[in-house]
Amino acid sequence: MRQIDPDFLALPLRRLADAALQRARELGAEFAAFRLERVRAETLRLFDARLEGSSDADDLGFAVRVVKNGTWGFAGGITLTPEAAAEVAAQAVQVAEVSAPLNREPVELAAEPVHEGVWVSLYDVDPFDVPLRDKVALLGDWSAGLLAKGVDHVSASLMQVKEQKFYADSAGTVTTQQRVRVHPSLTAMKSEGALFDDMRTLAPPVGRGYEYLTGTGWDFPAELAEIPDLLAEKLAAPSVKAGDYDLVIDPSNLWLTIHESIGHATELDRALGYEAAYAGTSFATFDQLGELTYGSPIMNVTGDRTADHGLATVGWDDEGVQGQRFDIVRDGTLVGYQLDRRMALLKGLGRSNGCAFADSPGHTPIQRMANVSLQPAEGGPSAEELIAGVDDGIYVLGDKSWSIDMQRYNFQFTGQRFYKIENGRLAGQLRDVAYQATTTDFWRSMDAVGGPQTYVLGGAFNCGKGQPGQVAPVSHGCPAARFRGVKILNTVQEGGK
Amino acid sequence: MTPQEVVERALALPGADDRVVIVDEDTTANLRFAGNTLTTNGVARGSRLTVVSIAGSGTGVVSRAGVTPDQIADVVAAADRAARDAQPSEDARPLVAGEAAADWDRPAEETSIAVFRDLAPALGEAFATAEAGGRRLYGFAEHLVNSVFVGTSTGLRRRHDQPTGRLELNAKSPDMTRSAWVGAATRDFTDVDVAALDATLAQRLEWAKRRVDLAPGRYETLLPPGAVADLMIYLYWSAGARDAFDGRTVFAKPGGGTRVGEELAKLPIDLYSDPGRAGVECGGFTVAHASSRESSVFDNGFTLGPTKWIADGRLANLIQTRHSAEVTGLAETPAIDNLIMEGPAGGKSLEEMIAATERGLLLTCLWYIREVDPQTLLLTGLTRDGVYLVENGEVTAEVNNFRFNESPVDLLGRVTEVGAASQTLPREWNDYFTRTIMPPLRVPDFNMSTVSQAN
Repeated sequence: MRQIDPDFLALPLRRLADAALQRARELGAEFAAFRLERVRAETLRLFDARLEGSSDADDLGFAVRVVKNGTWGFAGGITLTPEAAAEVAAQAVQVAEVSAPLNREPVELAAEPVHEGVWVSLYDVDPFDVPLRDKVALLGDWSAGLLAKGVDHVSASLMQVKEQKFYADSAGTVTTQQRVRVHPSLTAMKSEGALFDDMRTLAPPVGRGYEYLTGTGWDFPAELAEIPDLLAEKLAAPSVKAGDYDLVIDPSNLWLTIHESIGHATELDRALGYEAAYAGTSFATFDQLGELTYGSPIMNVTGDRTADHGLATVGWDDEGVQGQRFDIVRDGTLVGYQLDRRMALLKGLGRSNGCAFADSPGHTPIQRMANVSLQPAEGGPSAEELIAGVDDGIYVLGDKSWSIDMQRYNFQFTGQRFYKIENGRLAGQLRDVAYQATTTDFWRSMDAVGGPQTYVLGGAFNCGKGQPGQVAPVSHGCPAARFRGVKILNTVQEGGK
Repeated sequence: MTPQEVVERALALPGADDRVVIVDEDTTANLRFAGNTLTTNGVARGSRLTVVSIAGSGTGVVSRAGVTPDQIADVVAAADRAARDAQPSEDARPLVAGEAAADWDRPAEETSIAVFRDLAPALGEAFATAEAGGRRLYGFAEHLVNSVFVGTSTGLRRRHDQPTGRLELNAKSPDMTRSAWVGAATRDFTDVDVAALDATLAQRLEWAKRRVDLAPGRYETLLPPGAVADLMIYLYWSAGARDAFDGRTVFAKPGGGTRVGEELAKLPIDLYSDPGRAGVECGGFTVAHASSRESSVFDNGFTLGPTKWIADGRLANLIQTRHSAEVTGLAETPAIDNLIMEGPAGGKSLEEMIAATERGLLLTCLWYIREVDPQTLLLTGLTRDGVYLVENGEVTAEVNNFRFNESPVDLLGRVTEVGAASQTLPREWNDYFTRTIMPPLRVPDFNMSTVSQAN
């Protein structure tokens, strides 16, 4: 197992925490938490095999969050001295005091055992140890390979993040963590007459290091070798006829549908209205817990902050709660929500399941998504076997456009590739396809889920929520799955053409 | 050290052929509330040093937060190393030359929780009024001040202080079935009238007491300024010259080149940016922390002026760097941080447009807007927080929400009326873009693709 970088451990973590927590106690805070973070992000962008731009930025600072007289107070600072930490703690208490007249719901937190420990995510090669020129050369070689096979243009990018967090609270929990994640992506573009289109790699972002680009966890050369021909076929494909079709959806597309229609819909803060003015609420209201038929009986969904290489995997969350795995949908019924400590106590759900997260030292932790994943069927079918059960349908691969309403009912998704299914066999690509459905109708129409051999962990670096806006990385695992009678739109016709 | 001293020290260190140094000082304060009570709040401060080093035509960019004086040399050395390792930059140009601006030495401006000294009690009163009136208020108030200092090894020294404030108020009935929204963009909250905004919400929740369900279809639709802003911001973000020139966007001309000069709207619509426009003032020079398709680190300090993107209904300019302007043969028109749309003089107010409507839909705002097809800039999204039926010049009921599929470019060609422009807060994009002046629009056939059950 890798170790936390010594230069982070060399920062005055405990001295700052002690100063802040002591000051908060002196000023009468019922609860106080100190969090020091360093988040380093490097992004490279190439166009047609040439470096177009790169950035290497970090965010370093600390935050103090208190509860004073039942009201939250939060302040962030950047000067790493005990005096500054104590001053920021006093600011957090002052913010709580100023805000108290506006607060009608006293803040109380679910109990959590005291933890002390160190946790590092699973990766082999720190991407920040790899010289920039090597990364540019690799992406450039891949891009040149695509250009040599007849595509017009290639854009390539590599995002790399190292997130280091030190947390200490007034209950005695002290944790130190380091997570690494990478997201390589290439998009090939081609014109044919008046048409143009593109095709992106399906490789998901992962909680791995640079080894992901060199053969561990994904075979980039193999995927890239297929893209020019697939893109040419897509450009020559017929436009879809709008109507209802059976769908077989690959994990490279289904992860995003899970994210939008299950992940966000089962966040308890949304269900209770705390995101009502921004991200929205949820059709899966709290009174339906244990009752709502979310999907067909073969639907089983878990929230998980412990999955290997998951982007939302942690040792402890940003309220000092240990990472856990829990059920959200069991046999098609809603049985659980994602929680933070306040929400857990507010609704009498016992211990938090560890879903608090802040994306930077300047932001307060809010309830964010675990790795929410659809479980495969033990001994279940392959994608080919799922397709064999469709007479007239469409096979969907790769995510692209997505949109869902503020209660998570109505969604519309497109993809990277759509194949016509005729009598159980693939019959070439289709263009201009979008699928549109209501969440529960869609999941209740799922009549088969693939076996573990079809399971892939997809995800995103940049799930947005909260005000001020925060982004969170999250993974979603799923098998291929089959859905009956889903509405398909022709996007050209939708545009009035 | 002051930001100006950090700039000078970083520029003075030996190593690279040329250098650009950017220091950002940020302060922020926010209040968030739900169900007539405060939920979260906070204040925060940030400081960032960005060094762009140029060695030959290679560039290296390193950005670090919370840099202490003894760490400046490390950041500069890292940027220098990256520049020496880099391939030649395609966008390489001589740095913008200049001298120290007259306001260069002023200290950075700041905000604090005190910016809400009038807003917080007004919100408290609004919560009480809402509670008594059977409404629940949700929303967010935020104030940010960014002070940016840009120095180059060619002598240029420019700074800008940008205050950005926004207030969103969302009212719901206790059963959450009726919802209304208003928003305000502001520089300092002194011009925000919470009681008036709350009264508008109360009126809209009253409108929603009568409910009519309508099927999907194409409807005559009145888009209020905030909804127009969200559509036009997406159009603006899609107006990169390089992508158009490479054949990747709605602004690409089939067969090569761009659509600059082509008629997009039959009405004499102007869409433009102007750093000096009152109420939506923004930085008057380019600040680029990294190069991309639409920005170049070599353009830091480039003076920005009023720029028409659409003039009299015709596509006039696309977002350019100095490099992409050479490639495309078009004018040097970098991105600007505000957006203004105006139609012919004498445009009506939204209320007058409602009064002149025989039967149509009045929207409040659009939400979850995403691109479906870049070739046409077809966007999808939802109506949110109030779709109203207008009959014989009056709002008569609330209508269910819809998912729409529409292209803002195609829509410009179908608009039949442009109202009077006013400053507005976009709903979807106000995390990133708050400075807009937009008119209401009448669209005869807005495509409501399907019904959303969301309230």
